[in-house]
Amino acid sequence: MDNYKFSNRVRNFSVILMVLGIIGLAYGFLSAPSSLEEAHAMIADGHHKESEHSEDILNQENNSGNSYSYQKESSSDHNDHGEHLLHKLQNKPWAALYVAALFFMMISLGTLAFYAIQRASQAGWSPVLYRVMEGITAYLLPGCLIVFLILLLSGFHMNHLFIWMDSKVVAHDEIIKAKIGYLNTPFFLLRAGFYILGWCAYRYFSRKFSLAQDKAKDIIYHKKNFRISAAFLVFFIVTESMMSWDWIMSIDPHWFSTLFGWYVFASMFVSGITVIALTAIYLKSKGYLDLVNDSHIHDLGKFMFGISIFWTYLWFSQFMLIWYSNIPEEVTYFITRIEDYNLPFFSMLALNFILPLLILMNSDYKRVNYFIVMTGIIIIIGHYIDVFNMIMPSAVGDKWFIGISEISAFMFFAGLFIYVVFKEISKAPLYPTGDPFIEESKRYHY
Amino acid sequence: MENKNKIVHAIYDDDDVLLKAVKELRLKKYVIEEVFTPFPVHGLDKVMGLSETRIAITSFIYGCIGLTVAILMMNYMMIEDWPQNIGGKPSFSYVENMPAFVPIMFELTVYFAAHLMVITFYLRSRLWPFKKAENPIPSTTDDKFLVQIDNYKSESELKKLLKKTGAIEIILKDKKE
Repeated sequence: MDNYKFSNRVRNFSVILMVLGIIGLAYGFLSAPSSLEEAHAMIADGHHKESEHSEDILNQENNSGNSYSYQKESSSDHNDHGEHLLHKLQNKPWAALYVAALFFMMISLGTLAFYAIQRASQAGWSPVLYRVMEGITAYLLPGCLIVFLILLLSGFHMNHLFIWMDSKVVAHDEIIKAKIGYLNTPFFLLRAGFYILGWCAYRYFSRKFSLAQDKAKDIIYHKKNFRISAAFLVFFIVTESMMSWDWIMSIDPHWFSTLFGWYVFASMFVSGITVIALTAIYLKSKGYLDLVNDSHIHDLGKFMFGISIFWTYLWFSQFMLIWYSNIPEEVTYFITRIEDYNLPFFSMLALNFILPLLILMNSDYKRVNYFIVMTGIIIIIGHYIDVFNMIMPSAVGDKWFIGISEISAFMFFAGLFIYVVFKEISKAPLYPTGDPFIEESKRYHY
Repeated sequence: MENKNKIVHAIYDDDDVLLKAVKELRLKKYVIEEVFTPFPVHGLDKVMGLSETRIAITSFIYGCIGLTVAILMMNYMMIEDWPQNIGGKPSFSYVENMPAFVPIMFELTVYFAAHLMVITFYLRSRLWPFKKAENPIPSTTDDKFLVQIDNYKSESELKKLLKKTGAIEIILKDKKE
């Protein structure tokens, strides 16, 4: 069997995406306001172009009653508010970068969890897809390091994504003060390092054993892989949950949800499975992976369908309880999203639930590559918006916009992801020939 | 030739052998009347050339009916007939109170789809309580597989073919008039 050859077209495409992404991101960072005056000018400009009612927004923005002149001699309250606004506008390119970095890192992490489940359950159908999964998880290390770098820069106060890192904010905030034993920058970064180390160590050894099994005479590496996969799944479900509190929920340090970890897990899991399907279909269309038949694609389609519903179940469980009980400290989370993020909030539900449900419901459609690719793209966009909705409302408030920064950040990480993933796939044979279940997987049919 | 109005029952004791035998028989243009198996044999419907089941379509329709019933029922009960203050939000509007109704909408969709689908399946398979079992030999509910063939040209040829495909026993039975 031939190895996959990392084609120039894929390389050029990913490099172009990265370059365009960097240019767009640079523009985003440079055009962010650096002072209060600039921030006010940006808001004023934006609103003067609009109709009359913009004055209302402006007044709310300013919190200064009936005038909207931006003189500096107004009260300190005004200045505090102005600073808040400045931070939100300065956060925008950072948040755009963080959303995309987190999204692609989570695709890789979700795939790693899926891969570990296949290994731990000794699945017979999936070994022909192991090398695709191993390729996607290759992005985990660079992806995690970039996220860690952003967290580190937040720790050095380069941005205001995590307001609990700001000692001025904490000084006036009794709720954050009570959480300081857990939410403090050194412990936060230490935890992040611990999660990343654990995940990447598993990925490193599992890949190593997988390649070693190809040349082995017995199944010793398969057994080793089985053991570390089972151990990893235990480690993963704890650290993934804590990761979601740390990296996502703590952006909103007053708010809490007990099933948040599961909800984030469902999102990354379905994104990961979707990317496995898309990558496999791409490789098939290039004449590789001929042993991956429509039954394998059917199974991935079933997972995409099922986990989309699982995601909706968790999303709704979280939403309904908070909506029903109507407790102020909890419900603000959804009020912000419904009032300021109405379109992304509800369109996400259509993209992540209604469309996959209706398109993939028919058994035959799950065997047709066209339907899987179409639904896959819908799911990827939907879950990007899901991560967007998790981060943006607390980071930039109602100043959100899917503009140059957001699209560029997405493009940059998509380019990097494609480059790393296809590079890794080209490094090893496309099938784990030494896997004891490979014959069953080759003959798999439904 | 003289036994042309007899039914042939070929008995197998392995599902893989059975699958191959059915394929072989169909290749030789025999019409297989029925196959009795103790458990659902994977892929048997395909090699027998049975037409695709339409039960999935009925299930979808029943689900839609269940969803509609749930919406109409909750709207009548909680909004129109006896307006309820749901979660301290007395809006008396179905749409605004929908999160509270989603579990019921979901449950009734599943309930209708599942129960009506089972009933449809029973009706379509002509099954009802106290019905006498149709399987010709009781061991098809235990460990044997039975292929029934009603129409054939030559009995000896068929017997030879069945033996070749691995039948452990061949029984001839009179056709019921």
